[in-house]
Amino acid sequence: MADKIIEFDKVIAGYSPSLTILNETTLDARRGEITLLIGPNGAGKSTVLKTLFGMLVPRSGEVRFEGKRINGKPPRALLADGIAFVPQGRNLFGSLSVRHNLELGGITLPRGELPARIEEVLARFPRIRERIDNQASTMSGGEQKQLEVGRALLLRPRVLLIDEPSIGLSPKLVQEVMTLLRGLADAGTTVLMVEQNVRTALKYSNRALVLEMGRLALDRPASELLHDPDLNRLFLGGHARTAA
Amino acid sequence: MNRTRTFGLVAALIAFAVLPNFLKSYGVYLMTLFCVYLMAIFGLNLTVGYAGQMSLGQAAFLGIGAYQAAIFLKLGWPIFIVLPVAGIVCFIVGLILGFPALRVQHHYLAFATLGFNILVYLVMRNEEKVTGGTFGIPGIPRPSLFGYSLDGALPFFYFTFLSVVVLALFLWWLLRSPWGRAFAALRDNPMRATSLGINITAYTLLAFAIGAACAGVGGVYYAALVQFIEPAPFHFSASLTMLLAVIVGGSGRFFGPVLGTIIVVLLPEWLRFMQNWYLAVFGFAVVALMIWLPGGLLSIPERLRWKGAAK
Repeated sequence: MADKIIEFDKVIAGYSPSLTILNETTLDARRGEITLLIGPNGAGKSTVLKTLFGMLVPRSGEVRFEGKRINGKPPRALLADGIAFVPQGRNLFGSLSVRHNLELGGITLPRGELPARIEEVLARFPRIRERIDNQASTMSGGEQKQLEVGRALLLRPRVLLIDEPSIGLSPKLVQEVMTLLRGLADAGTTVLMVEQNVRTALKYSNRALVLEMGRLALDRPASELLHDPDLNRLFLGGHARTAA
Repeated sequence: MNRTRTFGLVAALIAFAVLPNFLKSYGVYLMTLFCVYLMAIFGLNLTVGYAGQMSLGQAAFLGIGAYQAAIFLKLGWPIFIVLPVAGIVCFIVGLILGFPALRVQHHYLAFATLGFNILVYLVMRNEEKVTGGTFGIPGIPRPSLFGYSLDGALPFFYFTFLSVVVLALFLWWLLRSPWGRAFAALRDNPMRATSLGINITAYTLLAFAIGAACAGVGGVYYAALVQFIEPAPFHFSASLTMLLAVIVGGSGRFFGPVLGTIIVVLLPEWLRFMQNWYLAVFGFAVVALMIWLPGGLLSIPERLRWKGAAK
């Protein structure tokens, strides 16, 4: 079994003192795997990613990256540590060109290093290279998502957090994005993904974690969960039969 | 920028440089005043247009720069000391003013900056020992440059014109650098910007500080141009006028402030032939612009392209 690269240990976090979303959440993600976070709306899936990326500071509990506590560490520092985050929705700066979007992705890098990193991303995504001088907003949904992922990869992250990558994409483009994420994981990048398109995402994931009311309700291999007749109930809410 | 645009820009700069030779002293004064306001409005465009931070306090920075210049120029300080001092002081004050922007946004931030402008205005009006109060500070000398006096209207115009060109070149470079794009990222979506590791706290503060420094430098030229300063030109209504210039020209467009400043500084003068009606016509023109061109004058080519594409 792969080792744990991300760990949440009884984490309590929320958007205000009266709004607790993560309720003693304990979970982990393993190196080189795609870990899929699923659950009904409000279960705390995106909040896990935001807390992990330093956008929310846990009120208690511990968040660990490679065994080290990272509670409250700012996003900039986490990027330097090797964690990248692609938030939900369209994340490009539409008024800027594709090249400028990539340059923004490498804003934390030394300037001299940036051209080589951009070249590295362009080599991986030939379609982005073709559109390099176009305005980002003129790209198709799939190209935009490729650019978002490519931009996150500029920093050569060891962990990629991605929130609902399939949102707004056609089924064919969803397959492309999932194939891309699978490829990244196979090459050694740990992917922690929140996704509503559960059946498709499960096909490409190693593990699935089901969250309910800010707690881990189920932790199972993705292939096993994919064939579970109760999958819809788990996803839409309701009590999981097997607690983690 | 393509060759046609570069050629057009160079031609416009040459025409602007040559024009004062054919104008009376009031015309030269207006063109110099245009350059002065353009410095402050370029700065405001960075804060509001590029970084998306609302500010109704730009006139206060113009005033801070102007009062410093008035005091120091009268003490005989050389312009090359007065200019950086004004820029640095306004940069620091702008940095401090940026802190509310870390907590509040939009109209709340507008009121916070408006309050700052009123505070500065009251200090200018009431601290008579330093500012001369409502009587202001008269007899501000024009600076000299390497022993060459800038007393005349034309030499001072050229000095101001060259300075605004240098400032514009600096801002052009800044806004096309990754740091400049980070301002746009901050404006478009702070969360996305954070996810890329952009320090939104630092960039928010910098947006205010750089914008304020531009206005502070403009204030030095203002004091030397009018040679008498009092609080009225730095009232918050002047901040509104500068914000109007940013919006009318095209917020977040590099050359927007140029057109905006023409509209708010020069257009009222051109409309003076209408005598008592000129401000009413000016007001109507601005309302019409806002209704039909909310993206500012520089959005016209874009709109025409869209219409062409729609056909």
